[in-house]
Amino acid sequence: MASMRDIKRRKESVTSTQQITKAMKLVATVKLQKAKARAERNKPYFNALYKTICSILSKTEHIEHPYLIENGSNRKAMIVITSNKGLAGGYNSNIVKEVVGTGFAPADVDIYAVGRKGAEGLARKGYKIVSDDSEAINEPLYKDAIDISNRVLESYTKGEVGEIYMAYTNFKNTVSQEAKLIKLLPLNIDELPAGEDDDNMVLMNYEPEAEEALDVLIPKYIGNLLYGAFVEALASENGARMQAMDSATTNADNMIADLSLKYNRARQASITQELTEIIAGSEAIS
Amino acid sequence: MADKTFRLKIIAPERIFYEDDVTFVEFRTTEGDIGIYPGHIALTTIVSPGIIKMHTPSGDIKEAALIDGFAEILADQVMILAEAVEWPEEIDVNRAKEAQIRAERRIKDADGDLDRAELALKRAIVRQRIAR
Repeated sequence: MASMRDIKRRKESVTSTQQITKAMKLVATVKLQKAKARAERNKPYFNALYKTICSILSKTEHIEHPYLIENGSNRKAMIVITSNKGLAGGYNSNIVKEVVGTGFAPADVDIYAVGRKGAEGLARKGYKIVSDDSEAINEPLYKDAIDISNRVLESYTKGEVGEIYMAYTNFKNTVSQEAKLIKLLPLNIDELPAGEDDDNMVLMNYEPEAEEALDVLIPKYIGNLLYGAFVEALASENGARMQAMDSATTNADNMIADLSLKYNRARQASITQELTEIIAGSEAIS
Repeated sequence: MADKTFRLKIIAPERIFYEDDVTFVEFRTTEGDIGIYPGHIALTTIVSPGIIKMHTPSGDIKEAALIDGFAEILADQVMILAEAVEWPEEIDVNRAKEAQIRAERRIKDADGDLDRAELALKRAIVRQRIAR
């Protein structure tokens, strides 16, 4: 049996770890609230943009736009959004798993990393990291999202990559987040809900022409999708960390209870032993 | 004419910038300046950096710098999805001035992306003009 001193020392260390996890949980909770509010603020813009794109695509037929048809390259660009800090449960490893789970050969994929943990994880698995914008995830700015999407779109229009994907963590609610991989380009018209025309029966005019308008709108759409993913990923990260730290705190509680019991037992044992020794000693003298 | 209004919504990525009834609104598009009264034909158009003027029913004219985005115009509603839109008091004039100098330099040296430099220059000029 471990000595009393060892048990005491261990208990102290667990207690101080618990203090840290408790504090981290509180910090994550506050950050989560902020990130959630931010995600909410982006919703009206995103919905309006999405609706406009859908209505343009559904009203104009036979658009042969480069963003809508495949360009023949079999390389893939993948924007991978993770966090810069660990201690968030399975948050980062789930994203890495999601990317590996696509079955694409690592040599065929260009990774645009946002978040250090994902970049490190994927680099270890042999993926090529072409750019690293990990700073952006600390405090997501709209401009960062636009910058990244412009860079990816440029390599798409040059024909360097044929498909663009984005891996991020979808924020369902505070206790449940889900790693997700979505395809950004080429846009699949069939997947968009076509013809939601009931509230919008007017014939829309475009100035400039619809195709030119798409040229401008699609990059905006992708950029906004990316921004939306940033803020959602940030909310997910803090949600995941909050949960991880919550269970760490609970575990620490259990360990402390267990160690207290052991410590008391050890103390009792030593007292009993001392008593036995004293009694034995006094018996020997008398 | 003045008693007729329509709904103007200006939505930015991080906030709803403006949502109210107006009688007339004018701003700049890639095809030129456009002025909208109620009952406009349905039109979707791309915004070019410029000043947006909103005429409220009480006769006030509100101005803002509308930098980038696009507008969906319907008979009774105009929705502008703005990537960047600012009230005059939100603009940092010094920063805009610096941006102007930088953009002018880039255009003069003719290195890199001229279109981008030109856009940056337009943005900087619009911001300074409205902040004054």
